[in-house]
Amino acid sequence: MKFSRRNLIKSFAALGSVGFSTRVLAQDKPNPNNLPPNLPEWTPDLGVGVDENPYGSPSEFESDVIRRNVPWLTASPQSSVNFTPLQDLEGIVTPNGLCFERHHGGVAEINPTDYRLMINGLVDREMIFSLDDLKRFPQVNKFYFLECAANGGMEWKGAQLNGCQYTFGMVHNVQYTGVKLSDLLRETGLKPKAKWVLAEGSDTSGMTRSIPIEKILDDCLIAWAMNGEALRPEQGYPARLVVPGWEGNMWVKWIRRLEFGDKPYMTREETSKYTDLLTDGKARMFTWVMEAKSVVTSPSPEKPILHKGVQQLRGLAWSGKGKIKRVDVSLDGGKNWRTAQLHAPIMSKSLVRFTIPFEWSGEELLIQSRAIDDTGYVQPNIHELQKIRGKNSIYHNNSIATWLVSKSGKVDNVRLG
Amino acid sequence: MYVWVKIVSALMLTILISTFSLEASDRAFNLGSIATSQQVKGWDIDVRPDGVGAPIGSGTAFDGEEVFAEQCASCHGDFGEGVDRWPELVGGDGTLNTHDPLKTTGSYWPYASTIFDYIYRAMPFGASQSLSYDETYQIVAYLLYMNDIIEDDFVLSDQNIGLIKMPNQDGFLLPDPRPDVSNINGNPCMENCNVPVKIIGKAKDIDVTPED
Repeated sequence: MKFSRRNLIKSFAALGSVGFSTRVLAQDKPNPNNLPPNLPEWTPDLGVGVDENPYGSPSEFESDVIRRNVPWLTASPQSSVNFTPLQDLEGIVTPNGLCFERHHGGVAEINPTDYRLMINGLVDREMIFSLDDLKRFPQVNKFYFLECAANGGMEWKGAQLNGCQYTFGMVHNVQYTGVKLSDLLRETGLKPKAKWVLAEGSDTSGMTRSIPIEKILDDCLIAWAMNGEALRPEQGYPARLVVPGWEGNMWVKWIRRLEFGDKPYMTREETSKYTDLLTDGKARMFTWVMEAKSVVTSPSPEKPILHKGVQQLRGLAWSGKGKIKRVDVSLDGGKNWRTAQLHAPIMSKSLVRFTIPFEWSGEELLIQSRAIDDTGYVQPNIHELQKIRGKNSIYHNNSIATWLVSKSGKVDNVRLG
Repeated sequence: MYVWVKIVSALMLTILISTFSLEASDRAFNLGSIATSQQVKGWDIDVRPDGVGAPIGSGTAFDGEEVFAEQCASCHGDFGEGVDRWPELVGGDGTLNTHDPLKTTGSYWPYASTIFDYIYRAMPFGASQSLSYDETYQIVAYLLYMNDIIEDDFVLSDQNIGLIKMPNQDGFLLPDPRPDVSNINGNPCMENCNVPVKIIGKAKDIDVTPED
């Protein structure tokens, strides 16, 4: 039906020529005076000059493309979270100003001149590095997704929040510039007994997490830039820890210290918070990796279908274990699947963009996507996760979501069962 | 005397050479500076479950009640019951395997050291690292007392915080058992799959989504 070969070919043929309005613009109806054959109002006059916006910002017509929070979730906006508007983004790069924020004591304001990173504990030399010191090490530039372990946490028991942004938006994907910790540690040396690292932030929450030494030496970075510019204050300016593929809470922002020890530190975050309570009352601990996941960003609750005919379904997939190998899409609630097109670059532990065209003639749809990574892991549905982990979990919900497209083209987050 | 000076000089030379070779061979880039023990002491505030890192100090729940009322109760309530959406700190015993688990310092936190570490580094909210070590021990003792873990005259200190046995200390599972789902062979069902497709819930009916 919807993914019939004939339709697909027709859709591909239509690519490039069909304008696809992804959002309802501020001005709903076009002003006929601006349309052919008339001269649009912006043409005769001069526009603003190069001095008007020394640091540019998006068009005023894009003013609804913003991070949003759910006020009832938390007690205070300083210890809270907001969400990336995935439904409005294209490609795989999250613009810096739209990367979701999670703070435990607000945004620390740090003059980079006063920034110091201390490395102490089971090292040959306890040392202190300035930001300038860090930038003189060999650098790497790598794309990584950062996902909060609680992304989708409100959806464990049922469909709760009616939006792609609120149910999947605790993820972002940027290119980091930084120094590999394995290079930094060549300067301090490591004692053989060093098995764990305590990473500590300098914000008022003094965020701390324990990380095993194997991960630290494998691919962790101290980053000072994202998408080509200095880290944003809300992302840890002037320096943060990057822990590729692992839960966002470990990516300590405003990082001030790495302590090496022989045991984990059992901090508040890794005991009372980022643990997964099972039905029998026991809880999994140190569940770090973010398993494969995907979401259809359009159509989605924020992106209704506005016109019958050809549609370009688009979405994002990622895996903390490696590369996304394949993404399948269903329009009938998971009974039948078609494989979507993955768009290069396809990088390890980075978001990947997928698209697939389909025809819509006004019928109800149950849209789903399913990611498969290069370990062979297949993104599960919620029932599989609930069967094993119960319904008291908060974290690591990487299950398949369902968007119901009604006959009017409106889209809702629903739970199937 | 002369001989002694020569020996000292030789020793110093040896030390100099070894220091130099350490710098040249072990430090790959010669960047950064050596941290003094005083610098490390100022920032190294973490406390481990075995009590390593616990600063010298002590306190009882009896003393902690007043400190808690002044420093903590406006958010957490006089008895740790929580105000508004601020966390409950007391109770929850026996709830972890129910549909409504209450995770508090008493019912869930596995180590007393973690309570000390967290309160000292991050509390009171908005005034972190302003409590004295003794005040922190007093508050931790008060929380342990309210959770029926110690008596109100028990003197909690750097010497015994690593020995407190918390009720849920054995409640955590390691290592991570994932992947814990069935399909890890990269080859899922593609056609006529046997999955439930009945709508059993809609987010819009729950009606908790912010409107803007």
